[in-house]
Amino acid sequence: MADIETTIGQVDPETGLKPMVINLGPQHPATHGVLRVRVALDGEQIRACEPIIGYLHTGIEKNCEDLTFNQAITLTDRMDYLSPITNNFGYVLGVEKLLGVEVPKRCQYIRVMFAELSRIASHLVWLGTAAMDMGAMSPFFYTMQQREQILDMIEMSAGTRMNPSYFRVGGLLNDLPPGFEEKLRAFLDGFPHWLQEYYALLDRNPIWIERLKGTAPITAEKALDYGWTGPLLRACGVPRDLRQTNPYSSYEEFDFDVITETDGDVYARYHVRMREMQESLKIVRQAIDNLPEGDWHVPGWKIYPPNKQEIGRNMEALIYHFKLFTEGIRVPAGEVYSAVEGPKGEIGYFIVSDGSGKPYRVRVRGPSFYNIAALPVLVQDKMLADVVAAIGSIDIVLGEVDR
Amino acid sequence: MLTVILIIVKGLITAVLLLAAFGVMTWLERKVLARFQFRPGPNRLGPAGVMQFVADGLKLVFKEEIIPTAADRAIYLLAPFISLTAAIVAFAVIPWGPPLHIFGRTVPMEIGGPDIGILFIFAITALGVYGIILGGWASSNKYSLLGGLRSTAQIISYELAMGLAVTGVLLLAGSTDLNTIIARQYHLWYIVPEILGFIIYVITMVAETNRTPFDLPEAENELVAGYHTEYTGLKWAMYMMAEYINMITVSGLATTLFLGGWHGPWLPPELWFLIKVAAFMYFFIWLRATLPRLRYDRLMAFGWKVLLPVALLNTLATAVWVAVAR
Repeated sequence: MADIETTIGQVDPETGLKPMVINLGPQHPATHGVLRVRVALDGEQIRACEPIIGYLHTGIEKNCEDLTFNQAITLTDRMDYLSPITNNFGYVLGVEKLLGVEVPKRCQYIRVMFAELSRIASHLVWLGTAAMDMGAMSPFFYTMQQREQILDMIEMSAGTRMNPSYFRVGGLLNDLPPGFEEKLRAFLDGFPHWLQEYYALLDRNPIWIERLKGTAPITAEKALDYGWTGPLLRACGVPRDLRQTNPYSSYEEFDFDVITETDGDVYARYHVRMREMQESLKIVRQAIDNLPEGDWHVPGWKIYPPNKQEIGRNMEALIYHFKLFTEGIRVPAGEVYSAVEGPKGEIGYFIVSDGSGKPYRVRVRGPSFYNIAALPVLVQDKMLADVVAAIGSIDIVLGEVDR
Repeated sequence: MLTVILIIVKGLITAVLLLAAFGVMTWLERKVLARFQFRPGPNRLGPAGVMQFVADGLKLVFKEEIIPTAADRAIYLLAPFISLTAAIVAFAVIPWGPPLHIFGRTVPMEIGGPDIGILFIFAITALGVYGIILGGWASSNKYSLLGGLRSTAQIISYELAMGLAVTGVLLLAGSTDLNTIIARQYHLWYIVPEILGFIIYVITMVAETNRTPFDLPEAENELVAGYHTEYTGLKWAMYMMAEYINMITVSGLATTLFLGGWHGPWLPPELWFLIKVAAFMYFFIWLRATLPRLRYDRLMAFGWKVLLPVALLNTLATAVWVAVAR
């Protein structure tokens, strides 16, 4: 991996020419947001490459310190905006760990269900945009339609599509709404057919395979050095999946496989994600089939606010409601690290509480930040078109990289 | 004198028809592509959005013309004209119907019909690529430059295979005159004996027109818009016109060489020609909806290591067959 500043200055002894420097981005059709990549080119070959981030910095971590524990959830939505529910997941688990409470089984199952639906939605966006990067435009429209069904389900339950903040500390915003199960089952029945369509459209296409196979490879050691997690690391052959190694929210009760590939190239990443969608379908099906009855939030009014009827009848409920929404939940002082397996990798939250209603510090480990750092290794001495393929395969969301 | 007037009139009619076909084609492409992708496509202006291309054209006319300060002004302005002119002129020799008999005169349907019609087309279409290369270079934009360079590489890799793919037909017909070639296909279209040549021709014709999966010179996901990144308004529209008219020309040539030109039962010959060309145009859109883009080096490898040898073998086989048959 060459340093870009020295590469730019190097003169080719034969031709007497310096490499051409190109700025891909921050406004460029292939950067999935506002990533800027500086590349030094020799013809179309990459001599050096440097990703430059920070164009979407919104100060989410700092802003969290000025909001109550529940209000901060709305900011986590806006990091990885393609699977906001997974972001909520890691955060609320962390706060619940500090509080020392565990949510009822029904809530855990619903959380798992939505986390997996979000994973499918996120992978669908990845598939569409990655295919678009390769020049195949149709898959994007197909995947968006499938994702639309998932967003519809999220809208049914949470009221919004993109930034639902559906998971709350100690429970959920709502229980599953009526009619949800039918919609979910219709999706579960229809989606496998579409997966086959994607395979037919892409995996049997020699151009697609030629573009992906052997492109932007990385070894498992190097990937671990860069702190890669999630599907990218599993594509290198490391079976690391927090859902199985550190089960949370009853994941240990679900039967699913951790998908790994060995090649570590773009094609392996593509296959890992495609098969992960099938595994996610399996998990969602188990969750809805075995959904326990009962409470969907922690009992009592100290963490989860009383409902409206209760407030109208009960003076004490009114007081608790008022306290929760003005001061926030009193979280005992302490610090905690909680991580969940997101669609892009391990989303970790380091939360420090000083005993007040607001977090003292929230530090987020966004997987995309670590994943994009390895871009120069992936594309060294490759073609310009491979940069686009590599960025597509990393599946970055800049909101999460910059936070 | 009358001949000159006839040629001018025919030229005007052909040029206007081609430009109209470009308009209709942009609408058709958006509509068909939309059908492939489960979306409605343009549907606001006129029935099924047919007037969309008129609105688009008007919009482009009124766009501000921006010329980059660092651009080489003269060449920057000239380049789109080269592309468009070459595209329209190349169509001149393609006969889109049998000769017309008016007032005792025989009027051929093509504008001018030199005996070397096919060579003329190759010469002119090769000229058209200068528009792309010069435009990419004169914009003084790195993306444009890369687009122009890719175009050069592509034309070198594919023009040769295209020429060889056609040679088989020329050997069978024993002529380079397009009318003669069509006449020889009265009983049997050349697609039957020359199926290999046809396949190679179809691949190279997609590469020739810079369409998916060979749209590297304007690969939007890599090079923003490739060679026409810096072009605005009508000059950009000229590049688009050149691309679409080139598509019509290579489709017309494919029809002429392999599908018997305007030959066909029941319907008028001009309509047959139109149907065959339209089928090719649909094929172009179909490809765009289905395929991803090739990588630059793989494209070159495919052109030199696969298409060229196969085309050579095909030519050799045809030559042997023609020699034996005589």
